[in-house]
Amino acid sequence: MKHLISVLVENKFGTLNRVASMFSARGFNLQSISIGETEDPEISRMTIVTRGDDQIVSQVLKQLNRLIDTIKVTDLTHQPHVERELLLMTLKLSKATQHEIFELINVFKGKVVDIKQKSITIEVIGSPDKINTTIDIFRPYGIRELARSGAVAIHRGE
Amino acid sequence: MHTTAQKLNGSEIFFECLRREKVDTIFGYPGGALLKVYETLYDVTDIKHILVRHEQGATHMAEGYARATGKPGVVLVTSGPGATNTVTGITNAYMDSSPMVIFTGQVPSSLIGNDAFQEADIVGITRPITKHNFLVKDVRDLATTIRKAFFLATNGRPGPVLVDMPKDILNATCEFIWPDSVDIRGFKPTITCHANQIEKAAKKIAAAKRPLLYIGGGVISSNASKELTLLAKALNIPVTMTLQGLGAFPASEPLNMGMLGMHGTYWANQAVNKCDLLIAVGARFDDRVTGKVDTFAPQAYKIHNDIDPTNVDKNIKVDLPVVGDSKDFLSQLIKALPEKSENHDTWLAEIDVWKKQCPLTFTVENDSLKTEFVISTVSEETEGNAVVVTDVGQHQMWTSQYYHFNNPRSIITSGGLGTMGYGLPAAIGAAFGIQDRPVVLFCGDGGFMMNIQELVTAVHYKVPIKIFLLNNSFLGMVRQWQELFHQEKYSFTDLDDSNPDFLKVVEAFGCKSMRAENPAQAEAAIKEALAYNEGPVFVEFRVIKKDMVFPMVPAGGSISDMLLERLNPKTMV
Ligand SMILES: Cc1ncc(C[n+]2csc(CCOP(=O)(O)OP(=O)(O)O)c2C)c(N)n1
Ligand SMILES: [Mg+2]
Repeated sequence: MKHLISVLVENKFGTLNRVASMFSARGFNLQSISIGETEDPEISRMTIVTRGDDQIVSQVLKQLNRLIDTIKVTDLTHQPHVERELLLMTLKLSKATQHEIFELINVFKGKVVDIKQKSITIEVIGSPDKINTTIDIFRPYGIRELARSGAVAIHRGE
Repeated sequence: MHTTAQKLNGSEIFFECLRREKVDTIFGYPGGALLKVYETLYDVTDIKHILVRHEQGATHMAEGYARATGKPGVVLVTSGPGATNTVTGITNAYMDSSPMVIFTGQVPSSLIGNDAFQEADIVGITRPITKHNFLVKDVRDLATTIRKAFFLATNGRPGPVLVDMPKDILNATCEFIWPDSVDIRGFKPTITCHANQIEKAAKKIAAAKRPLLYIGGGVISSNASKELTLLAKALNIPVTMTLQGLGAFPASEPLNMGMLGMHGTYWANQAVNKCDLLIAVGARFDDRVTGKVDTFAPQAYKIHNDIDPTNVDKNIKVDLPVVGDSKDFLSQLIKALPEKSENHDTWLAEIDVWKKQCPLTFTVENDSLKTEFVISTVSEETEGNAVVVTDVGQHQMWTSQYYHFNNPRSIITSGGLGTMGYGLPAAIGAAFGIQDRPVVLFCGDGGFMMNIQELVTAVHYKVPIKIFLLNNSFLGMVRQWQELFHQEKYSFTDLDDSNPDFLKVVEAFGCKSMRAENPAQAEAAIKEALAYNEGPVFVEFRVIKKDMVFPMVPAGGSISDMLLERLNPKTMV
């Protein structure tokens, strides 16, 4: 099954590479990985989405812990958490479709970030599932380009 | 914190740090990026620098030194090709968990990333084969980084750590500050085993009818042989060891079962098969040990102690994991054991029957020589007390079977990676660390050629190693598999036409040399070699070509299904 892992790491060059190359060296699935600084500039938070059975995920967690630059590894999957992903997408635009497109943007609580004569760029934020649905729904209108941030997640506060 | 007001340059800081880490010997080779370091070294008198002839040699020497002494081995090489030449040796140390610190020179910081002359991204290259590595970006970080490197290499599960030092950093100056302690927030190995787990383990041990101790290299690296011996003898539990664990329990003890696994003893593998409790200590259920995992120790409740949590439940699901240092595990267990436990006489008698059914034996003929005979004779002559180094191949497996190791830190061999060419440099390194016991190398004719240049190092420094070359004119271990599993197609393994005259080669290096072609000559040569201490001594044993290592578990087979002898005896001619 899918697991969502949050990892606090030293904010040093090479850390992302260490984590990513550990996944490839050990043949673990790596669906997405995202990284950014935390409130402490010396520490970054990585959010990793991986798939595997219990035995494999337990190895993933232990191997992550074993890296010297990881400070804390948490499997958020079965804990209260918030998970979000950002989607940026440029769509074809025409007189015929623009009305429907605008309506759908509203439905998905998206935002228009740029608009040209023949294209429109939108942003949508949501769970990776919602992002998948968004892409499916917009596909028929013609996707020019899209970029996904990969999931970021944190524990819900007390 | 310890500060000296005086400013030092990076190279001086480097040596000052080695002194603080009590390093007495380093293995190195100079080059452009290290000119400043070697300039400083010119006047260093308290640290011995051993000039090798190839950087791979330096890494294996450092590992041999580390395994023999328990102290971290130190390597110093230049950037680019010097650094890339260390890759095999570092991987070897990583796979066998040997403490090592490798220092590489690097092109000046300003040129990094520009494909500068002799630039290689050694930090990137060695990321998956080191426990950790560092690129020093500021001379003020140099001392702390070196302190951390030694700390990481030697604490928790030992391993190699690399420090990359750009040329400008080695020239720059700053105040020398040696940190009193190290704190790495991402590195907090569990040393002390959990008391609850110990209690559970003790109960299981007390109740077991057919217990078996399965001992790995972790018992050696945690210096826990005394505790192991105490525990095994107190409870009458037989002990089997992995290749890296040999010597943890003395071969002279009746409870010793020798090695288990692919070329382990028949009785050890039978015992694994029939035991009701398996106590794995500092071992990692490697595939060469388990064979087919579903049929490994099928009746046993499995206790697994290891310092590295990733080893637990990696290859085999165990019933009771106990994470922590093996010495702590064994000493806590000894204290936790109840007064009374099962008597294992029936179990030991059962094992004895297997032992009598299929003992390790070989035949001796007057006019031909076998590797088994050579190793047995050396074992007897040294009373199982030598430091024995091997290369990789058939002779390595025969060493595990016929040398009776009575002490820990006495087998130095490439287990995890199986690196041919490891033996000669590792023996030299071991001899720099150990002076009170003979250092003996068993090497094949294939592997000897892979780092033969280090014979110069041995001769130059008068290193008193005994180089025993088991010349079967074949890449013997590969030949064995070709005979057994590849229709006797001896594809590129016959070296008869291409091997050099080893005596002449060795003489040209300035090394004392001898040859033996039958048991009588072999015995005489072994005695003479063991008595010679002026420098290295070489004996070429002309052994029969088509000998095979048995018993054997075919790769991926169950350890209950061992091949005990040749399938087709006519191939013996
Ligand atoms: C660097 C390296 N290359 C190839 C191998 C594969 N290999 C394993 S054993 C072996 C044969 C070794 O022959 P030799 O050194 O003569 O020892 P013997 O088996 O004859 O005792 C080979 C080629 C290896 N282990 N290491
Ligand atoms: Mg050979």
